[in-house]
Parts: sequence; structure tokens; C-alpha cells
Amino acid sequence: MLDQMHEFGITENIVNIALAKANEAQASKVIQINLVIGEMSGFIPDCIQFYFDSMSKDTIAQGAILHFELVPTQLRCRHCSTIFQPQDTLWSCPKCRSQSIELSKGRELHIESMEVE
Amino acid sequence: MKKIEVIQNILEANETIAKRNQQLLDKHKVFALNIMSAPGAGKTSLILQTLTMLKGKLNVAVIEGDVASTVDAEKVQSEATAVVQINTRNMPESCSLMAAMIESALEDMPLDNIDLLLIENVGNLICPSEFTLGEHKRVVISSLPEGDDKPIKYPLIFSDADAVIINKMDLLPYVDFDITTFRHSVEGLNPKAKIFKLSCKTDEGIERWCSWILAQVKSNVTKQ
Repeated sequence: MLDQMHEFGITENIVNIALAKANEAQASKVIQINLVIGEMSGFIPDCIQFYFDSMSKDTIAQGAILHFELVPTQLRCRHCSTIFQPQDTLWSCPKCRSQSIELSKGRELHIESMEVE
Repeated sequence: MKKIEVIQNILEANETIAKRNQQLLDKHKVFALNIMSAPGAGKTSLILQTLTMLKGKLNVAVIEGDVASTVDAEKVQSEATAVVQINTRNMPESCSLMAAMIESALEDMPLDNIDLLLIENVGNLICPSEFTLGEHKRVVISSLPEGDDKPIKYPLIFSDADAVIINKMDLLPYVDFDITTFRHSVEGLNPKAKIFKLSCKTDEGIERWCSWILAQVKSNVTKQ
């Protein structure tokens, strides 16, 4: 277990949550897990998929498809409340030019739903 | 085939442990700082300077997070009340400290004898921003040679910081770092963050930084 990225622990959580929910629903197989991941979150879908394939082995989630809904970054101006998407690396409001900006969407990381049988 | 609604935060497991850590720290009146930066920005140097400056004023413990080695723990050993080194190379994750690692480190600490806990995270500006540890305040260090564009490149870690430190101020004549640009970027993302300019090499600004810590520790104890 050398030099594993933080997707390792995250994937472990995904497998645990998926198995618990499948168990509650008395399912015999997990077909698909629908995940919501913000563009700004530091998690890489390919990396999660890689760990998932090995961690879900010999469980009812083995072979399940991970479907990632990527949430684009959405910003909000603290001065005039304009909601906008960043156009470049410098975050400034397209309406009032203020650089006082907060992230309103893009940090998500949750399991939305699952398909089971 | 049927669909089950789940809607569950994947980071919840870490956050639950982090809350437990903070409750334990509060019970023993320990104030904790999570110190984050890129490798080489000066986390260990800042901790050493802080230990020297606060000697006789506070009992300070340190948790050192590194991928490998104990060099940082050895450096701070003589000045700190307690030191625990976490090597993330032996952990499931190596790029950031996580709440569970802090939970086990706290078991080895004489919490009743500690006023301040400095947690040195793994050198990285991305992963540590996702994992709370149970700290009371988050500190991010940027050093002049890294350039003044770090807040716009790594906005999350700066958005959540309570204090942002500009380190290696002694190098200002030699590098192209625009303090005003940096300051504007940080204030834009995070108007609440307190900004400190300092140099661990010359001691410039260390006193102001330590006064802030003392005020934080005091208000945390009063709050409880």
C-alpha cells in the first residue's frame, strides 16, 4: 500500500456506502452507482474507478458502473450577487468587475443514487 | 432493476472523525492549527520559530505529517512538549493527513499538558483542502519563490484558510512576487483570512504571527 492517493479512502467510502444501501434494499447486485463530483474538488474519476474495480471484487458491487456527473464550477460575486462561470483563471465578476468572489458550485462529492437488482 | 436514492456525502466518514477529534481537543482545552503549504514553503521552519517564540508562554505539541522520514520530528523534538510523526507512506493515503491519523496520534499525547497543537500537513496544495482533521483554524503558507499566482491556481485551499502566511519575505528583492496581487487574490477569495508577511530566516513578522496565535488560544479557552 505505497503512495496511494486520497481517492483510495474515498473509494473505500463509496464501496461501503453502496454495499450498505444495497443491503438495506435487499438487492443481490449493484448495477450502477451515480456520483456527483464538483469540477473544483480534488478527486479524479479515473482514479476512483481504478480503485473501485479492485475494492469491489468479490462483493455484490463487483463490475458496477460508476457514473460521474461533473458539476461545473459556478461562482458568485459578493458585491452584486451575479452568478457566473469562470472564463479564465482570474476570477472577476463579469458585471461589476469585483474580484470578491465565492464558489457557489463545484465542490460536490456525493453519491446521488444507485441502480440495483 | 430498481433505483435507490442515496444522497450521501462521501467525505462524511472523515468529517465524523474530525468532529470527534475537535471534541476531544476542546475537552482538554487544546487549540489546534492545521498548517498546509506546498513542499518547501516553510511549514517546519515556521513551527520551529513559533516554538521558540512561544517558549514559556504556551505548552506546544506538534504532529508532523510526511510521506516518509522523521527529519521534521527530530528538528522540533527539543522545543516541543510532545511530538508525533505520522508517515503517510504506511497509510492508505499518502498525499494528505486525514482525521483518522490525527485520532490515533492524539492517543499518544499528554493532552492535559498541551495548550497548542501544531499539525504540519503533508506538503501539497490540493489534497489537504478536502480533509478536515478536527483543527480549530486552518493556516496556508505561500513563499515568495512559488510566485504570487498560487491563490488563483489553488483557490480551494485559500478559500478555507483562516490565516495566510507569506513566507521568505527576505527574498523580496530577488524574486518577482507582487505582494499586492497576491493579497488581492486572497482577499477576493476569502475576505476573512488574516494575512501575515514574515520571514522565518530573519524573524521578521514572527512576533505578530505569535500574538495572533496567543489571542486565538485565549479566545478558544474563554469560549468553552
